[in-house]
Amino acid sequence: MKADIRVALAGNPNTGKSSLFNVLTGLNQKIGNFPGVTVDKKMGFMQLPDGRQAEVVDLPGTYSLYPKSKDESIVFSVLADKIDTARPDLVVVVLDATNLKRNLLLYTQIADLKIPVIIALNMMDMARTSAIQIDVEQFSKKLGVPVVPMAVRKGEGVTELKQAIAYANKVALQPDSIDVNVFAPGLIGQISNELQVDNPYLALQLAHQHEHLRYLSAEQSERIETLEQEHAFHSQKAQAAETVARYNFINDLLYDTVKTPEAAQHESFSNRIDHILTHKVWGFIIFMGILLFIFQSIFAWSSYPMDLIEASFVWAEDVMRNLLPEGPLASLLIDGVLAGLSGVLVFIPQIAILFAFISILEDTGYMSRVTFMMDKLMRKVGLSGKSVVPLIGGFACAVPSIMGTRTIENWKDRMITIMVTPLVACSARLPVYTLLIALVVPDKSVWGIFNMQGLVLTAIYVFSLVSAIIVAFVLKFILKVRERGYFIMELPVYRMPRWKNVIFAMYDRSKAFVIQAGKVIIAVSIVLWVLASYGPGNKFEQIEQKYSSTEFKITNSPEELNRVIASEKLESSYAGMLGHAIEPVIKPLGYDWKIGIAIITSFAAREVFVGTMATIYSVEGDTDDIQSVQQKMGNARNPETGLPVFTLATAFSLMMFYAFAMQCASTVAVVYRETKSWKWPAIQFAYMAVLAYGVAFITYQLLK
Amino acid sequence: MDLSQLEVGQTGIVKEFTDLEMSVKLMEMGCLPGETVKVTRVAPLGDPIAITVSGYQLSLRKLEASTIILQ
Repeated sequence: MKADIRVALAGNPNTGKSSLFNVLTGLNQKIGNFPGVTVDKKMGFMQLPDGRQAEVVDLPGTYSLYPKSKDESIVFSVLADKIDTARPDLVVVVLDATNLKRNLLLYTQIADLKIPVIIALNMMDMARTSAIQIDVEQFSKKLGVPVVPMAVRKGEGVTELKQAIAYANKVALQPDSIDVNVFAPGLIGQISNELQVDNPYLALQLAHQHEHLRYLSAEQSERIETLEQEHAFHSQKAQAAETVARYNFINDLLYDTVKTPEAAQHESFSNRIDHILTHKVWGFIIFMGILLFIFQSIFAWSSYPMDLIEASFVWAEDVMRNLLPEGPLASLLIDGVLAGLSGVLVFIPQIAILFAFISILEDTGYMSRVTFMMDKLMRKVGLSGKSVVPLIGGFACAVPSIMGTRTIENWKDRMITIMVTPLVACSARLPVYTLLIALVVPDKSVWGIFNMQGLVLTAIYVFSLVSAIIVAFVLKFILKVRERGYFIMELPVYRMPRWKNVIFAMYDRSKAFVIQAGKVIIAVSIVLWVLASYGPGNKFEQIEQKYSSTEFKITNSPEELNRVIASEKLESSYAGMLGHAIEPVIKPLGYDWKIGIAIITSFAAREVFVGTMATIYSVEGDTDDIQSVQQKMGNARNPETGLPVFTLATAFSLMMFYAFAMQCASTVAVVYRETKSWKWPAIQFAYMAVLAYGVAFITYQLLK
Repeated sequence: MDLSQLEVGQTGIVKEFTDLEMSVKLMEMGCLPGETVKVTRVAPLGDPIAITVSGYQLSLRKLEASTIILQ
């Protein structure tokens, strides 16, 4: 889509920036990458009242333009990069009307870069309830920019904002908020001259940030470094002086335009909630209760839609079998693609529910309370309170969580968090766990309120968190770095979750899961089908011939015969050979060669396990008898002993293996991107493999 | 007297900082010399603490609070 104008949304965290982005762009959005960095770039399109198309980019939420963390350095580089195609024509700075003072710091910095700006003065409804009086007209006049009062949650001001964007100036008309030349006299002028920068504040920021800016050449960056030394430039002192000057400007501005009552009302309400939610005893009990509730719900609420999806796949399989002529194509489509796909799609309800809860916890402000409560505990094991959110996010998916560790400023804290996050039971393991639990754990209620299967799942989730913490504790002594981290963090006031955002999160994540995981899984399913359906030489023909003799036809029914033939074919196929090759290694863990195939394919992604199981048992199974994967696996018998393949010991050993092994290509890739070296993903892969094998071995030997 | 010595409910006015790096971050968050700060709560395990400053709630560790000198 070609856009006529490019608009960026900037603002502090918790200002409703993402809500505004969702309201402006609707479902017309996508996730891209900022060039050269790994921070997700959320962008979308919207129609302006005058018919033009605007591209909207949602910048990460920041408190200032100084790069304290990786996420934050993006904002400046996008705004300053002259050659970057992402450079916006207009910035909409979203301000929280109930917290203007701190919000305005970022605004004055962006305004001083002399990019055309519009202020979206959000949360006006909350400001009104708190009796905060803002003279919007005066406010706009003093700053020299359009100000649109809004209440995005209620849909107020959206039309006005769109109009303001349509009528926005092409050049910045706002006056300087402060004189920046005093912070680095001489240096600013020289940088401006030599690099042809026409804006003094941009020149000052180049002095601060030249090392992180992609578009500066190495010579330019070195030149700035030399100039800084010549002028005895001290970056932090200059930053401190600038911040003080900006707050002086802001205080003057607010004195004339805003009247705030002594104690804001919503704050005391928030305080009352905090009394309970961060209480010494209740705080932790409530937190555990919430976690338990989430995992119980995932099981309880998803069963109906999951049954529905499963049933429709069984139906589709049936229809296709009747429609398509029997042959390799039908077999590929049904046993390969369809079987693999059903294994993935069936977990959409669970993933959607999990992400709904995570987005509610974040949206209400509860997540930062969890951080607040857990910090001391987390620091004991070498993590930071800020590691809690990535770790809990790890329950959903390690990939965004590892990207989320960018908010941790301390290198060692961040490294340890990255190393242990993949141990937390992610949603990709959920299919594996639910399938295996359903196979070996009875569906009984315990004490009348809990479901036994749900309890086992909760236990596995808690266990995964405990193991992550133990590993972190060990790493704390291995990684030795002298660097300090800080924990200066906003505790936003409690708010009702924005249901639209929750629905967006559910939709977004499920879509990403289906597209990203789906691609891998379909590819793996097809490769697997080929491996399982063909074998070296003329082995398959020999098997057919062996059983075509009349003596077999007399003693066995045709169904039995087909099953035996299919089973022998699978065993002598390429996949069977691969499985047999690793069987000696995995036998002590209680796995046969078929599970071996699933483990190998699962190194692409864990959820492939289910699809692989489905494919293996479909290829082998009787084609007329259509069953779900779970039934197929439950019926699986060891050909030698006649006992079920999936015993309690095997199933739990398998769950332990999946709990610890790094079976996720995307996580390996994201750890590489985040750490910029293969060393860390390699160490991570190795330690997790050793743990997986060890724990699975012990589990099987104990339960056997 | 520094911020970490205040009890819950007590207020003080920021005078200066003992740590430049920390001060840059604190000032960015609206915790500047001349601002009134109030300790609103302490985390269940005794650390970190939450303060009210510039009209919102900020949490920080006691060690960090000890770099903020009060008037």
